[in-house]
Amino acid sequence: MHSTITAPKPAVRRNYRWRVVDIVVASVIGVASGVIFWAWGLAWTPLSGLLAFAPGLGGLLAGGWLFAGVLGGLIIRKPGAALYTEIIAAVVSMLVGTQWGFSTLIWGVIEGLGAELVFAAFLYANWRLGVALLAGAGAGVAVAILDTNFTDYAALDFGVKAVYFVSAVVSGVVIAGFLSWLAARGLARSGALSRFASGRTAAPRV
Amino acid sequence: MTGVRTSAAGARITARGWGWRHASRRAPAVQGLDLTIEPGERVLLLGRSGAGKSTLIQALAGVLGGDEEGDATGELLIDGHPPQSARGEAGLVLQDPDSQVVLARVGDDVAFACENLGVPRDEIWRRVPAALAEVGLDLPLDHPTSQLSGGQKQRLALAGVVAMRPRLLLLDEPTANLDPAGVVEVRDAVAGTLQTSGATLVVIEHRVSVWLDVVDRVIVLDPAGGLLADGSPRDVLTSAGAQLAAAGVWVPGFPPARPLRGARTAGEPLLAATGLAVGRTEFARRRPTVVSSGIDVELAAGESLAIVGENGAGKSTLALTLAGLLAPAGGTLEALPGLARGLGSLPYRWRSKQLLTRTGMVFQDPEHQFLTGSVRAELEVGPRALGEDLDRVDELLERLHLGHLANANPFTLSGGEKRRLSVATALATRPQVLLLDEPTFGQDSLTWQELVALLAELVDAGTALVSVTHDREFVDTLADRIVVLEGLSSEGRVPV
Amino acid sequence: MSLIVPDIRPSAVARINPVAKMLAAILLAIALLLSIDWVSAAVALGLEALLLPFAGLSARQFWLRTATLWVAAPLAALTTVLYGKDSGALLARLGPITITDGSLDLGLAIGLRILAIGLPGIVLFATTDPTDLADGLGQVLRLPARFVLGGLAGLRLVGLFIEDWRFLALARRARGVGDSNPIARIARQGFSLLVLSVRRGSKLATAMEAKGFGSERERTWARPSVFGAKEWRFIVIAIAIPTAAIVAAALAGTWKFVLS
Repeated sequence: MHSTITAPKPAVRRNYRWRVVDIVVASVIGVASGVIFWAWGLAWTPLSGLLAFAPGLGGLLAGGWLFAGVLGGLIIRKPGAALYTEIIAAVVSMLVGTQWGFSTLIWGVIEGLGAELVFAAFLYANWRLGVALLAGAGAGVAVAILDTNFTDYAALDFGVKAVYFVSAVVSGVVIAGFLSWLAARGLARSGALSRFASGRTAAPRV
Repeated sequence: MTGVRTSAAGARITARGWGWRHASRRAPAVQGLDLTIEPGERVLLLGRSGAGKSTLIQALAGVLGGDEEGDATGELLIDGHPPQSARGEAGLVLQDPDSQVVLARVGDDVAFACENLGVPRDEIWRRVPAALAEVGLDLPLDHPTSQLSGGQKQRLALAGVVAMRPRLLLLDEPTANLDPAGVVEVRDAVAGTLQTSGATLVVIEHRVSVWLDVVDRVIVLDPAGGLLADGSPRDVLTSAGAQLAAAGVWVPGFPPARPLRGARTAGEPLLAATGLAVGRTEFARRRPTVVSSGIDVELAAGESLAIVGENGAGKSTLALTLAGLLAPAGGTLEALPGLARGLGSLPYRWRSKQLLTRTGMVFQDPEHQFLTGSVRAELEVGPRALGEDLDRVDELLERLHLGHLANANPFTLSGGEKRRLSVATALATRPQVLLLDEPTFGQDSLTWQELVALLAELVDAGTALVSVTHDREFVDTLADRIVVLEGLSSEGRVPV
Repeated sequence: MSLIVPDIRPSAVARINPVAKMLAAILLAIALLLSIDWVSAAVALGLEALLLPFAGLSARQFWLRTATLWVAAPLAALTTVLYGKDSGALLARLGPITITDGSLDLGLAIGLRILAIGLPGIVLFATTDPTDLADGLGQVLRLPARFVLGGLAGLRLVGLFIEDWRFLALARRARGVGDSNPIARIARQGFSLLVLSVRRGSKLATAMEAKGFGSERERTWARPSVFGAKEWRFIVIAIAIPTAAIVAAALAGTWKFVLS
């Protein structure tokens, strides 16, 4: 760059190409989330057993597998971030060992798309709490559609499926939307995101 | 740039009115820099914190980030073209050994840079052993990188850079986190490489004496813009030596001030270890792997003990065991009534809260112990856990010069500030025994002085101090007794 | 042995290109996912068990890594038996719980299917070095090198930090907060781990860029990744197993397409 600048202007330039640091940090978040997905998968069987009396409420646990995409999107803020992070997380949890095996990957792709489409709808320009919650809801809708049609839940009757659908979306909003937003904010505050736009939303220090 | 460089001569650096402002800051990190560095020159870059040294080095390496991350003014050229297009001509080695290892095997990590530059496969595997030999790292190519010491990792990073055959070698505090042996290894490896390749060198380091024989030019950056001094090492150190020492640089001939010690007598005994063996238990194993055994140590109030020894001898493990965080792997560690004050005599069995007023452990990497989002909250963690009131916190903030940072996030502090904060958090609950793991690693001379003065005051007031350290000056200033660990054999006790 | 990065022992399976192993696991899974019936799952599981010794996993490693499956499969089977779709003769009823012939069949099928699909993936992964997989993805499948190697770097970083987990726990004990309830502790510790990983990841990205990574320049690969005869043979086996399973199920009349 050979221009001379007299006064600093706010950086509004948006670059959609992924830098190396975007890829590495998205992978770190994806892998860390994948390990949490795996642990959540372990806890799922007893927890869903507890909820077995009201079969539809199992959807409340769905959010535990949805937060990677929203978190990745909020931090990297580039097209494909939510999808990439969710896929990496799904692959890692699958490889470490889940009972759902390969279908984890397929679910991961669709769930990632659910969040990605919401971010895309806002043109990758709005990253506030409301959008984060909506992205979580988007992922929740995605997993609800998958589960109520392609897993054992498909065999249950409509009322139960409806309860499942709603509870999955709620879980998406709370766990995948709200908690991811909190985590992204915590990361930004710790200065870990100084190379990202998401780490610079606070007023600049001296 | 296409093709593979076969010859390596130095690169020429020119800067004209160059400046850079990070997007997250209001003030520029560097401004108005006018500079020419000839091919093959070896430059030591000095300046106080915030003078923009790291920024300049990263810009020369071409990794400063594009428009997204900040604004550039003026012109900075390597051999006539901007650094971004010359990535691969400049090799960069950074300060943190753990953050530069890319791949899991030694050979692969060294080959990584060559792969990125499009070097043909057979040529890569000729360069890799040659580079490893040049930096003195005599390891098989499939040795795991996670099992290397800090000095070895830095030399590995250097080997990866050397394999690139760069014409410009950039080093950002490469020896800051290393023990004295590691420092010499890295310095000698760099000197050797420069001999064979004739590349230009720009190195940033606090400790001037390490590089004095290697460099032929010293440049001091001015935080307000431009240069403070530029010339041969002797000239610059004579003219600006005092100024640099006041800014925290370790200038030979300007030693840091040592605190005056009052007369002291040892207080009541607190800890006694007999035939102690220390070790850690690996994941999924039942018995601990012993790293050091046959240790006999006694600690009384107001005493200062230094634990020294080579890497891998178990010094940190011993400190963790004495602090009650690890279980002894053998022998006995007894907390005497003066310390136990009503609890059992095995520190390992005490509850976390009970440890707070008895032992305070400060880890080597302060970041491992940060729990909250602000400096003030960090200091309050201990007192809150004990249910005490929080008056001490303000006092500590003032005492350790952290008052102006009370609301800052701990991770955003500078290295020296983080170190002071981690010591302050241990002091917040007034432990009877304070244990420190490498407290002076990578510190500039100002922070060193403050820390040593603080610790001397504490010891004089009756706290027992245990320090794991490689720092000779620290030991000479503060230690009453030394424990030398030699790995899997008994120690020797050398009274000072 | 770490959670993410396996200890590889030399064996026939370990030497096969990881891309072939990955494709094999995917093909197997897709084929078996197409039906829920106990014959195809049992046949597949049996054939896989025959091939298990070639993987070279120690007994301890095998049981540790597949432990989740051995717990989940019976539990899922049980849940299906008690609450699943009912058909055929009624065997027992207790409130919402109904056990029928059909639900027994279904339960068995679900349990075996979990094992038949999950085991190959885990075992094949446990014999794969992540660096070799990255080499394969970049050279054989020609995925973009930036993403493959960036992903590998991220994987390695998190693996190292998970080994640090106990160290982080020690640090918290030293600060006086080691006694609090486990869930809050794990959550906070997990967050610390995330912060430390991201920080180190950013620094690593700088180091990688300084080594020329991420530029437009064409890159070479130091370690060749070959997809040859042995890999094709492996894929053939990976297709043969589910084919045999499906054929067996069709012959037994139990094959039931999952989307019907």
